[in-house]
Amino acid sequence: MADRAGSDWQPHTIVQTNPVIKLADIHKTYHTGEVDVHAVRGVSRQIVAGEFVAIMGSSGSGKSTLMNMIGCLDRPTEGRYWLDGIDVSTLDRDALADVRNEKIVFVFQGFNLLSRTSALENVEMPMLYNRHRIAAHEQRDRALQALELVGLGERADHHPNQLSGGQQQRVAIARALVNRPALLLADEPTGNLDSQTSIEIMGVFQKLNDQGITIVMVTHELDIARYTKQMVVLRDGKIVTDETVAARLNAERELAQLKQAQAAVKLE
Amino acid sequence: MLGIIIGVGSVIAAVSITSGATKQVEDRVASLGQNVVTVFSGNFTSGAMRGGWGSAPTLTPADAEAILSVPDVVAVSPEVRDRAQVLANGLNWNTQVIGESPDYPQIRNWNIAKGSMFAEQDVRSIAKVAVIGKTVADQLFPNENPVGQTIRIRNIPFKIVGLLESKGFNLFGQDQDDVVIVPYSSHMHRITTRIYVNSILVQAASTEAITKVQSGISDLLLSRHRSREADFTVRNQVELMQAATATSKVMSILLAGIASVSLLVGGIGIMNIMLVSVTERTREIGIRMAVGARGNDILVQFLIEAVTLSAFGGSVGIGLGMGASRLISSLMEWPTLTPVAWIFIAFVSSAVIGIISGFYPAWKASKLDPIDALHYE
Repeated sequence: MADRAGSDWQPHTIVQTNPVIKLADIHKTYHTGEVDVHAVRGVSRQIVAGEFVAIMGSSGSGKSTLMNMIGCLDRPTEGRYWLDGIDVSTLDRDALADVRNEKIVFVFQGFNLLSRTSALENVEMPMLYNRHRIAAHEQRDRALQALELVGLGERADHHPNQLSGGQQQRVAIARALVNRPALLLADEPTGNLDSQTSIEIMGVFQKLNDQGITIVMVTHELDIARYTKQMVVLRDGKIVTDETVAARLNAERELAQLKQAQAAVKLE
Repeated sequence: MLGIIIGVGSVIAAVSITSGATKQVEDRVASLGQNVVTVFSGNFTSGAMRGGWGSAPTLTPADAEAILSVPDVVAVSPEVRDRAQVLANGLNWNTQVIGESPDYPQIRNWNIAKGSMFAEQDVRSIAKVAVIGKTVADQLFPNENPVGQTIRIRNIPFKIVGLLESKGFNLFGQDQDDVVIVPYSSHMHRITTRIYVNSILVQAASTEAITKVQSGISDLLLSRHRSREADFTVRNQVELMQAATATSKVMSILLAGIASVSLLVGGIGIMNIMLVSVTERTREIGIRMAVGARGNDILVQFLIEAVTLSAFGGSVGIGLGMGASRLISSLMEWPTLTPVAWIFIAFVSSAVIGIISGFYPAWKASKLDPIDALHYE
């Protein structure tokens, strides 16, 4: 059960036959004053284990709203959502919190780390809310493993203001991994990062996906979406495109080429 | 948190000072003797004690003798008081000269240090004998043994037969050692000319017997004086003490009231701090909810912070209060004593205030919507 080396990392196994996510005609309508906003108008899709989906669209397309509902931060006004076979609408507020703790994790554009708190403590935080208490030393071990997995083992005691944007996002990813989720949701995870760091982060995601974690990512950048496997485009709250990524990019390779190009420039 | 510190601090300081004062009163009342009932001339309410003593002459030594027959009465001493100049060794001193019976040391639990108390024989023979207190001895016979020497009271020579041990100050802050005691008969015939005594000191057999003795004395004297209304007052030590502490009790209630208002203000302060804290940490709350914190987890987290804040303030307040009371007691020469129970009460109250005033902000925090909280700037 207890993992020691980072390379042995396994997410907790889930039933492979059932899709992880099943959305059936999801709608979300906001009633703001006089005008009703139909953010999502009838989205239906299944996401199975091991997928790596990019949800794309311009602002106002409903992609963030859809993500919030998939991540159980919000509830659909119409339609059904099954997560691992459980109808999410039957879950109360506390049960949804548990889902966010154990099954689905978020990585945000703004990293959302606690300032004045070390990277280690940030990564440990989700384990504070586990229904089954984890001993303090095991929390530490898991957090350190997760940090090593994202390549930040040496910076466990750094505070966010001592880390670069890319490093902060990695801490956020480590935090997401610490309770061994089946599904990782990323909302514009590279939005605040420069292009090279963005590729590094996509590399982390690709590595995690190769090890079996299902990833659903919202992005508006086509370049970033080319690192995923599946592209879903939303417009006006509906899916208009749903296709496999052609000529998928490999982050490691891209980074190596980038470094070569940089070295070449320096030699001049 | 300042409100809590001030509130708790003032409660502790107030309680310390009044407890010290009360203890001092208790000690002085205890030094009156054990199971003592005092019969005063004149009828007055306990608040007017100073003016009432001996105001209306109605008690006689015969009354005192009669009281001996009241059941559960162990000892009796009729008391006459006067101030007089006393001389010895070429020195003089103005002091209290009182007349008592030989039972006086027993009633007052006041031992003779050197020599002995005068006897019943001396009362009957109106003897010129005296027992003096330490202050008088120090004034007139410094570094000598006064026993066997002569002291002149209003120019009448009295032989000193005994020296009393030191007693200290009484209920009213008077030096009890500044006294010369003679047989009451000698006082009433040689030093003054009186028929009536100021008061009669009575010792009851036991604490339980006190009320019975009081009513026994009342009945006896009413029938002896043949008056419908009592021209005397019978008081026991407890009543005397209650009268003496009445003012300080009012003062302590007043101080406690002021301090409670302070505590209330402190509680409101805590609530404000926590409300601001919740607002400033809205994003943090959103993050915690996003990783799985339930509403209850957030509630408990902020409640604990509020209690910690107020308990810390309470502790500081207790320390400051105790320090302030020590400072005041050394400046004003009032006694001070901090009862352990109150330290506990003060600490628990500040924690409770933390819970109460922290609850609303913590509840607000727990009800935040995660999505809105995450986007809060």
